[in-house]
Amino acid sequence: MVSTEEDGSVEEKENNNKKRTKSAIAVAWLTFYNIAMTAGWLVLAMAMMRFYLQKGTHKGLYKSIARTLKFFQTIALIEVVHCAIGIVRTSVIVTGVQVCSRIFMVWFITNSIKQIQNEESVILFLFVWTFTEITRYSFYTFNLLNHLPYFIKWARYNMFIIMYPLGVAGELLTIYTALPYVRKTGMFSMRLPNKYNISFDYYYFLTIVMLSYIPLFPQLYFHMLRQRRKVLLGEIIVEKDE
Amino acid sequence: MDTLALEAKSNGQEKKSSAPRPRPKPPKKAKRIVYFEVEIVDAKTKEKLLLLDKVEPTSTILDIKALFHKSNPQWYPARQSLRLDPKGKGLKDEDILQTLPVGTTASFYFSDLGAQIAWGTVFLSECYGPLLIYLMFYFRLPFIYAPKYDFSSSKHWVVHLACMCHSFHYVKRILETLFIHRISHGTMPLRNIFKNCSYYWCFAAWMAYYINHPLYTPPYYGQQQVKTALIIFLFCQVGNFSINIALRNLKCSGSKVKKIPHPTKNPFTWIFALVSCPNYTYELGSWMGFTVMTQCLPVAFFTIVGFVLMTVWARGKHRNYRKEFRDYPTLRSPILPFIL
Repeated sequence: MVSTEEDGSVEEKENNNKKRTKSAIAVAWLTFYNIAMTAGWLVLAMAMMRFYLQKGTHKGLYKSIARTLKFFQTIALIEVVHCAIGIVRTSVIVTGVQVCSRIFMVWFITNSIKQIQNEESVILFLFVWTFTEITRYSFYTFNLLNHLPYFIKWARYNMFIIMYPLGVAGELLTIYTALPYVRKTGMFSMRLPNKYNISFDYYYFLTIVMLSYIPLFPQLYFHMLRQRRKVLLGEIIVEKDE
Repeated sequence: MDTLALEAKSNGQEKKSSAPRPRPKPPKKAKRIVYFEVEIVDAKTKEKLLLLDKVEPTSTILDIKALFHKSNPQWYPARQSLRLDPKGKGLKDEDILQTLPVGTTASFYFSDLGAQIAWGTVFLSECYGPLLIYLMFYFRLPFIYAPKYDFSSSKHWVVHLACMCHSFHYVKRILETLFIHRISHGTMPLRNIFKNCSYYWCFAAWMAYYINHPLYTPPYYGQQQVKTALIIFLFCQVGNFSINIALRNLKCSGSKVKKIPHPTKNPFTWIFALVSCPNYTYELGSWMGFTVMTQCLPVAFFTIVGFVLMTVWARGKHRNYRKEFRDYPTLRSPILPFIL
């Protein structure tokens, strides 16, 4: 079926309705990947708990888990490839945006701006991310093994209701706290005149990033709510014609 | 009795036996024209929206859309998509009812395409915007740069040249939209005007800001670089114009017959031998010329993004050509000779 520009949405729905029989290798790889990621985030969670129990403070916590965090969050880029080659039935763009926003936070905010690493907001979003990722990856793992315990399904489709806003709050607060340091050091910025005739102000860029949460967050949130209604409550939702 | 026999006969017959020329009805005798019954059903909810009886077999889809519009005034014809199959392709406005593979009771699935806007309106707005926006930056209107530079003029002649080229490009585009282009779809979804205008206007502002900036740095290789780039730019502008003329001459006014474009006497059209959509090729060339002329990274980004978009469109058009014409030349590539 050839899709014209206007029938793009029809073709997409067709692909989603087609029964996909995954190859055995794809299933094996995905199972391995999801188990590895569940383990990784569990390690992170335990390291965080251990640090707090031993030291009694959150100062220095980020530094102690920074390497593990960077590793496991960056590896998540593979998920975009999964969507692109079709072994996971999710939109490349949605996954791409989610992974990129995480990588941005880790590499371009907390890793680069050392002064904010001991902020409470960092601990907040780390806690949210850890909880969410462990739930999500174990959900995928059990799904692939066809033995999904109900409580994991429940957790995945209900906990986000508070976790998502908490995570956004943590991230936004962190960026906001970082702004003065960005302005002072002029990091990642480029001024005129230069031979490429371009300028970039990281401070204003971060402000725009913060503002972009306003349109983006509700969209992702309502997407998850719709998924929840479909999966947990078995509602049949007639998608609005684009 | 007569009408029943006629109906049975026409059901078994090929449609070509009933010629599209309406015969004058013989008075006070049995009907010779078999009227169709048309049912319009919502494609998603399968709800029956309208039942029309006594529809002329020679009516076009457009006529049926007009009738549907009368009973549902919120759905004007441009907004309606009628299909034979809920997941199928929309029927063309010129399709004639009796040539379609339906019995005398036709069922069409309707979907609402959403608010529509004329393509001409969209094209003109997306071209007037950059033209005016660039000029705003060129003349350094207040509140853009530091107040001491308001209404000042750049000391680099390449900046003036760039303004002329940019303006020329969009004026040419506007004139082509008004006088040359022939587009098959009359309308497009309303949201397109917001998408397209944001794209063109934002990029134009971004480019214009840096090119007309008081701290602009002229090209590294000076006059040589600018002159070469200008030649490339002009060459590609003429090329693009030639292609648009050639494409216009393909379509006779009013007819919707598609033809394969071929090289003509104009040397700029000889690229048709190697490329399906040389208008995009020349457009890419123009913007590459402009990038080298201004040595401005935002222009380079605009060129790259434009290239990606045009490649997607070119590949789509190329695929359509290949499907529509069995004997389509195999040497041709969508946008770049031999490469893409």
